[in-house]
Amino acid sequence: METIKTGLSPQKHKSSKGSRQIHLTGWLFVLVPVIMISVFYFYPMIQALILSFKTGRGSNLHFTGFDNYIRLFSDTTFLTAVKNTFIYLIIQVPVMLVLALFIAVLLNDERLKFKGFFRTAIFLPTVTSLVAYSVVFKYMFGAEGIINKSLVNLHLISEPIQWITDPFWAKVTIIIAITWRFTGYNMIFYLSSLQNVDKSIYEAAHIDGASAFTQFFKITIPLLKPIILFTTITSTIGTLQLFDEVVNITKGGPGNATMSISQYIYNLSFEYTPDFGYAATVSYSIVVMVLILTLIQNKVGGDKR
Amino acid sequence: MKTKRMFTYLFLIIAALISIFPFIWMVISATNESVDVTKGTLLPGAHLFKNIDNLFNSVDMWQALWNSAKISVVTTVLSLLVASAAGYGFEMYRSRSKDIVFNILLASMMIPFAAIMVPLFQMFAKVSSVVPFLGIDTAAAVILPTFTTAFLIFFFRQSTKMFPKEMMEAGRIDGLSEFGLFFRIYMPTMKSTYAAAAIITFLNSWNNYLWPLIVLQSQENMTVPLLISNLGSGYAPDYGLIMSAIVITTLPTALVFFMMQKQFVAGMTGSVK
Repeated sequence: METIKTGLSPQKHKSSKGSRQIHLTGWLFVLVPVIMISVFYFYPMIQALILSFKTGRGSNLHFTGFDNYIRLFSDTTFLTAVKNTFIYLIIQVPVMLVLALFIAVLLNDERLKFKGFFRTAIFLPTVTSLVAYSVVFKYMFGAEGIINKSLVNLHLISEPIQWITDPFWAKVTIIIAITWRFTGYNMIFYLSSLQNVDKSIYEAAHIDGASAFTQFFKITIPLLKPIILFTTITSTIGTLQLFDEVVNITKGGPGNATMSISQYIYNLSFEYTPDFGYAATVSYSIVVMVLILTLIQNKVGGDKR
Repeated sequence: MKTKRMFTYLFLIIAALISIFPFIWMVISATNESVDVTKGTLLPGAHLFKNIDNLFNSVDMWQALWNSAKISVVTTVLSLLVASAAGYGFEMYRSRSKDIVFNILLASMMIPFAAIMVPLFQMFAKVSSVVPFLGIDTAAAVILPTFTTAFLIFFFRQSTKMFPKEMMEAGRIDGLSEFGLFFRIYMPTMKSTYAAAAIITFLNSWNNYLWPLIVLQSQENMTVPLLISNLGSGYAPDYGLIMSAIVITTLPTALVFFMMQKQFVAGMTGSVK
């Protein structure tokens, strides 16, 4: 709809027959994704909103007003899932991004040897499938697994940690796993922007007597601001949608100690007696969180001018 | 200064070791019996072929590999065609109205998949009764909602910014049609962008879990991640067997990455500049 409306709107600039023809051809190039994204993203978004005001089993649904939204606030499983997701978000995302930035700065040193090896090694986790690495981590962090065995042998711990079955350690395991998988991914973004930075800026700063510390905070961070914002937003959205790791490492357990919001939506729709209406309500809570967090991050990290 | 160097190397070596270790452990575990894997052994065993044999005998691994390959290849081809045409269209035929549409499409990147999975499932459930081969439990249902991503359109548009526009003018003078320009001049020139986009798209599709989990139901349509997840959550899991399955699915993607690392990184740089 959008296409047709805007496509035929009169253009102010030169309207010779040839350029109009070219103009329409331009619309043909973008037509398919406009249709696909409308059908498979925007339409379901509207459907989910309508659904979130309905209740019932399976396809037997009727309107119920704001009941689902009121239910959210007394639903302990939902509140636990939100709490868990925010714990992941607040601890994991900053740790990962700082680590990624730190590694990128180290790797950007021209005199560093084996740079290619380090970069490739640290990026390598990115090629694994989320399910595959989750299953690997589940076994590595098993009660008698390699991690416990190594830590005991190194005398760092006296008895095995219950990585998977203890509510606290299970969250730690999830956080370690996600950090392992995505640090290299974010590092590549920082590294490639660092490589575009004009070296003479640093030389000038050096001559002016700025320490490495000052250079980092006064030059590197401001220059990388847009990409830091980009990675913060993508990581936030990713964490709010966390599913594969939780399902395959802990199944959300013990109890609901590691359950994420996405997993709860999945369970409401496909594991428990299907309640699509309420599932849609829960899913809209993610939409609201994404919007609010993105707005905040844009305010804090975006250009203030 | 010297201690700082030392620290840099020490830190990077540890980071590299942590990054690589799960890969090494996974390969070693694939050569061991289940009992030894749970004991956390670090010595290679002699059970690799037995594990692989057991894997292919106990589950239909070939079928899962074929399903995953089929879905990933089709998704990648469609994705690249649609996204590159769009990125090209938005940049080369730039107009104010197109920029508005572009920004609306970009907004879809903010839509969490969890928020639309229920309506998508219902949509395909409805389609099932009318056109069974597009409905629930088909490869088409996995491919259709996933192959168009705003991210890839953005990626191609960014890369197109560096494309020399004079080449298009020269092509027009030579009498090429508008679509001819795209297929004959743009596509061959942008090979490395396509390569980078292909790797990212293929990996994402090959690794996709949540949507296939929802929409695929029968054993014979299962993709590799679903199969591995099922193996991993069994009651008496054979760890050696599971690790061999994980090695088999991870090695190809790791190899592709090693062979095309340059395009990979070059492509990514293009998208963030």
